[in-house]
Amino acid sequence: MIRLIALKEFRSLLHSPTTWFILGALQFILAWSFLGRLNAFLELQSQLALIANAPGATQVVATPLFGIAALVMMMLAPVFTMRLLAEERRNQTLALLMAAPVSGRHIVLGKFFGLMLFLSLIVFDCTVMSLVLALGTLMDFGLLFANMAGLLLLTASYAALGLYISSLTAQPIVAAIGALAVLFGLWLAEASATDSNPVWHALAPTGHFQNFNAGLLDSSDLMYFVLFCAFFLLLAIRRIHNNRIYG
Amino acid sequence: MSDAPLTLYAHDLNRRFGRHGAVNGVSLQLHRGEVLGLLGHNGAGKSTTLQILTGALLPHSGRIEICGFDLARQPDQAKACIGFLPETPPLYRDMRVDDYLAFAAMLHRMPRKKIADALAETKRRCGLQDAGQQIIGTLSKGYQQRVGIAQAIIHRPEIIILDEPTVGLDPSQIRDIRALIRELGDAHSVILSTHLLGEVENICDRVEIMHHGRLIYSDSSERMMQYGNGTMNLEEVFMEIIEKHIAENNASGELTP
Repeated sequence: MIRLIALKEFRSLLHSPTTWFILGALQFILAWSFLGRLNAFLELQSQLALIANAPGATQVVATPLFGIAALVMMMLAPVFTMRLLAEERRNQTLALLMAAPVSGRHIVLGKFFGLMLFLSLIVFDCTVMSLVLALGTLMDFGLLFANMAGLLLLTASYAALGLYISSLTAQPIVAAIGALAVLFGLWLAEASATDSNPVWHALAPTGHFQNFNAGLLDSSDLMYFVLFCAFFLLLAIRRIHNNRIYG
Repeated sequence: MSDAPLTLYAHDLNRRFGRHGAVNGVSLQLHRGEVLGLLGHNGAGKSTTLQILTGALLPHSGRIEICGFDLARQPDQAKACIGFLPETPPLYRDMRVDDYLAFAAMLHRMPRKKIADALAETKRRCGLQDAGQQIIGTLSKGYQQRVGIAQAIIHRPEIIILDEPTVGLDPSQIRDIRALIRELGDAHSVILSTHLLGEVENICDRVEIMHHGRLIYSDSSERMMQYGNGTMNLEEVFMEIIEKHIAENNASGELTP
């Protein structure tokens, strides 16, 4: 049942022209920054050759690309999560799922995995762009893998949060603005927090992504993302259940 | 009719919204091959009752058994026996009719290999043969209503619950849909809510009248039409029953809400 709902969600995303427009614009932004970094690397190459332990192409080109993708994802995820449950409620299609033999768990996880299937295409896209570098130079595949995993986990946490906020309202726009406000707030708190105030660093997803971005695979970061997703998905399941109680 | 197997049994359902009691002590029984009309004014609690019967809304108290499964304890088995058309048909406007109906069938746990047959049969019954490849959002209101009904019957449920199925349709479409409901009523159990008395006269075997969340009258539709020795038409009977109920309540000192 989870797979059925996930595939339906994935297909309906691909059927929408808006999706393709956003994907096109996103590809343009990512490709532009990729080329910019590549250009900078080529100009610096002669100087880099003189330094011992100089940063390689992966570190100079691919890592910043994933950094930008992470930032763009913060604004992009709410655009896609807003429809998930809020639109079902507004169009009164939620009744089909509520009267069908599926539980709130199936509905929420189905929607989450359907969206993740789609968003992982964007992560995959960044990875493939970076892998093109392997044609001309030696790559640090470990660093690339850490970035890919980090971006995937960060995306999952944004999707879970956005899904929960979407379950609270019947207006997709309210869900989008709400999710964006929370994500932006967390990011600002993390970016402006001083080192003496480690709480915000620990709470915001972006802080944990930075470790992945630097190639550091830390199990505590992994646990953070898993718990973050589980927390908001459970809240969303609870919200769907409350729908049956409060109408 | 009463020797046919019992498909739906609901006992003493109660449901409040805040302090307002929307459904008070409603009990219903339905046998196979029976069409039950739930009649009442706007806001009488018809839609709430139907939502409770489908499991979309939990009652505050009461028990529901569907095809022998307890809706609270075995919700998945019980809900698989129900097809439900809510007041607003739950249509994904960006999907094709075929894809949508197949999705609805799989959602109700219909085996994948039976779906092609069920899809063809349902489209024929609902007059949707030529609409299979169309996007639902581009269909007219009448066709969307038919897709809504198709969605409720494609998995061949024992019980079909229709909430005001003919609202907003033109007279010829209403006639088609009524014929379809009558046909469905031969092999399945159907509950439909309506405030159109003609619908009751045409298609229902049995009538329950709801007023302020209570069932105040229950009889076969023929008997209801004979109410008042055949001197009244159905509208007058309906109003008479409700007024009589209010008068009785006032006489017994109970406050009418």
